[in-house]
This record gives sequence, C-alpha cells and structure tokens, in this order.
Amino acid sequence: MSETSFTPLSRKDMARRVAQDIPEGWYVNLGIGIPTMVADFVPLEREVVFHSENGVLGMGPAPGPDDADPWLINAGKQQVTLRRGGAYVHHADSFAMIRGGHLDLCVLGAFQVAENGDIANWATSVNDTAPAVGGAMDLAVGAKRLWVVMEHTTKDGGPRLVESCSYPLTAMQAVRRIYTNLAVIDVTPRGFEVVEMAPGLGFEALQARTGAKLHMAREAA
Amino acid sequence: MINKIVRDMAEAMQGIADGSTVLVGGFGSVGQPDALIEGLIEQGATDLTVVANNAGTGRVGLAKLMELGRVRKIICSFPRSAGSVVFEELYKAGKLELEIVPQGTLAERMRAAGAGVPAFYTPTGYGTLLTEGKPTAEFNGTPCVLEHALPGDVALIQAHHADRWGNLTYRRSGRNFNPVMAMASKLTIAQVDEVEPLGTLDPEAVVTPGIFVGRVIRVPLAAG
Repeated sequence: MSETSFTPLSRKDMARRVAQDIPEGWYVNLGIGIPTMVADFVPLEREVVFHSENGVLGMGPAPGPDDADPWLINAGKQQVTLRRGGAYVHHADSFAMIRGGHLDLCVLGAFQVAENGDIANWATSVNDTAPAVGGAMDLAVGAKRLWVVMEHTTKDGGPRLVESCSYPLTAMQAVRRIYTNLAVIDVTPRGFEVVEMAPGLGFEALQARTGAKLHMAREAA
Repeated sequence: MINKIVRDMAEAMQGIADGSTVLVGGFGSVGQPDALIEGLIEQGATDLTVVANNAGTGRVGLAKLMELGRVRKIICSFPRSAGSVVFEELYKAGKLELEIVPQGTLAERMRAAGAGVPAFYTPTGYGTLLTEGKPTAEFNGTPCVLEHALPGDVALIQAHHADRWGNLTYRRSGRNFNPVMAMASKLTIAQVDEVEPLGTLDPEAVVTPGIFVGRVIRVPLAAG
C-alpha cells in the first residue's frame, strides 16, 4: 500500500466537515482554534444558534469594518456580531446553559482523546507552569454531545487517539465523535469506530497512526 | 433619600481592608472596571485575594496591582494569555498563590454565594487534577464533586447606565461576570458610563437591581 497516495484534510476542510453534520435548530458552542472556524461553514439560512461562554447566544460572524464593536467579543476575545434573535446573558446564566444540558453540541480541540471518550485538552503536563482551563471542563461535561476536532497525530507523528490519556484530563468518558485530518471516528462502547477516512487512505495506514485499536463502523465498511 | 452615587474615587474605595477578597468583573478587557482597579491601587489595601476570570495583561490594571505585591492569591479560570507577563513572573517566582477553577464553576460558586447556597455538587471537573481531594457523591448515576460558595468582601464591577438607587444596565458582552459578582459581595462598587435620573431606566432592562449595589461612580468612556 502506498503511504503517499492519500490527502489529509486542511484545517479549513476539517472545519467544513464538522459543519456538514450540524443540523438546523441546534444550540452549539465552539471552542477556540479549528472549532471556531466551523461557524464559517454553516450557512446563515441553516439556523444554528451559536453560544459563547462570555454571555452571547446567537453569535454571528466577524464584523465588517463598519460594524466592529469593541463591546461584543467571543470567548477567544475576538470581535463578533449578534444575529437577529440573539441575546446577552451574564456568566452564571451562560454557564447554566452549558452545565444544565441545554446545548445540543460542543466542539472542542484536544491534545488527546482516549478510546473510552476521556479528553485531555487543557494542560500538557502535570507540572505545566501556568495552567489555564477556561470553560473546557464545564463544556465537556455539560453539553448534550461533545465532538472533538484535531490533527490525527502530534507534530512529530505520535498518536493523539490513545488507549488512555497521558496528559491531565479535562473530563472522563465525554467525547462522542472525533474529526481529524485523516478520519471521522465515533467513540462507542467497543472503542474507536471509523466512520470515514480521508480520500486514498487505507484502514491499515490509519491504524498505524492511531494509538488504540480501530474498528470499522458497519456503514463505512 | 437613597443616593449611592459617590463624589470621587477616594469615597468609592473607602474602607476596603487589607486581606479582603475582591471580585473583579470583566472577561478580558471587556466589562473590566479599569478605573476602580486604579482606585484600589491608589487606595493601598494589600494582602488581597483577587477573583477574576483572567490574571491581567501588560503592566497596568490588575497586573500592576499584582506587580506591586498587593495580591496574595488569585482565583481565576484562565490566567495565562498573551501579555500576562506579570502573572507568569510572580507565579514562577512563587510569589502568588493560584487557584484555577473551571469557568462555569467559578461563576456558579459566586452565584451560590449571592443566593445563600453554601456549597453544591457539580459533575464539572470530576476525575481531574482541579478537584483532587474534594468530596464526591453520585446523583442519578453521575459522579459529582462538592464545590463551595465563593463570597467577596468587595466586588469591583463595570456597568453601562445606573441611577442613584444603584440599578444597573450593561452593554452587550460587557455584562459577563459583573452581575454575578454584584450579588456575591458584601460591598459592590460599580463603575458606570452614565448616571440617569431615578425612574428613567426601563425596569425591564435593569439587570442588576440596586439591592446588590453599594456605591456607584460615574467614569465617562474615554473619547475615541
């Protein structure tokens, strides 16, 4: 099998792929990084309501030069807009939406996901000099479903999909689905199930880049 | 006549004691009470515990308060960010205690303090480093950790419009932690853009009623 014949997804294509699976009517929180880009690929006419931890429900795209507003930012502290129908709330209400199970979906980035759904995305070692968690632990536990979008491997080729996380956990058994530059993978009771693979990529090549056993999902076989 | 509007910053800061727990509103720089932080720097209280989402940037505001050695401990969810140089220096030198709290737990601990709830269980953070050693219990099959209310002695907050009773409105995402901190403190001091005559704020638009506010100082927005 050729190792060079497949095409990994770009970061934009990963975001586009996640966006395909978000139906109209869902309330959705997007984490920082590739997850934030997902909103760019959900057309405005498909009414998905985006939530930002700092108290914005119904967040719209980045402002144009004429409607920039320093009082309206997202959780990544970038300027955004409010869609018609949007609302502002304070922090406790914003996190009541998260922690009370009112969000249909949260999409986060991660360092590692384990085959039982454990996620590590806030610190890379126990002795991290200045850890910072933000809302990740609330989101991972509170949303109705958690998807992760991340590169399939580390910069030096090590696996990020693993049997158990070596980095400090954000939440236990929380992840339902993982979108990488190589595959879409569900977390199921029997472990990782491959739903689809990047064009030209074979199952064995994907397994070689994964730190836990992969299973073929029935519909993808 | 009730009049919570103070004449100047010295009156706004009067009586803040050494060793106080000070809740500071804002998310990044949006909704952050910059003038009140400067007032606290001027006022001189020290040995403070500061509760804020972020740990300051550059060498002004919260960062300056920390650099002056006036903060013993900071409780926040996201201390490290681009420009949080003072925090990182003090933290690495062991000169600052740090308590990291998941952002929603941070908000809820203050909401609980404001609502008279001494402690509560939550699944957030269960099984992670941030909740090691905390009591746990299972509810409807979900493992949870016990978190305690986080009351403040003083809250420094930013709001948009106020009246002399201390009723407050906010501006877009500048609302963030401010209303929750106002509820959670013995004394809440609000920095506001404008003061309106009593009765002119739309009662439906008041987010923080004056019962949660002790002092109001008008700090007009900087030009531009």
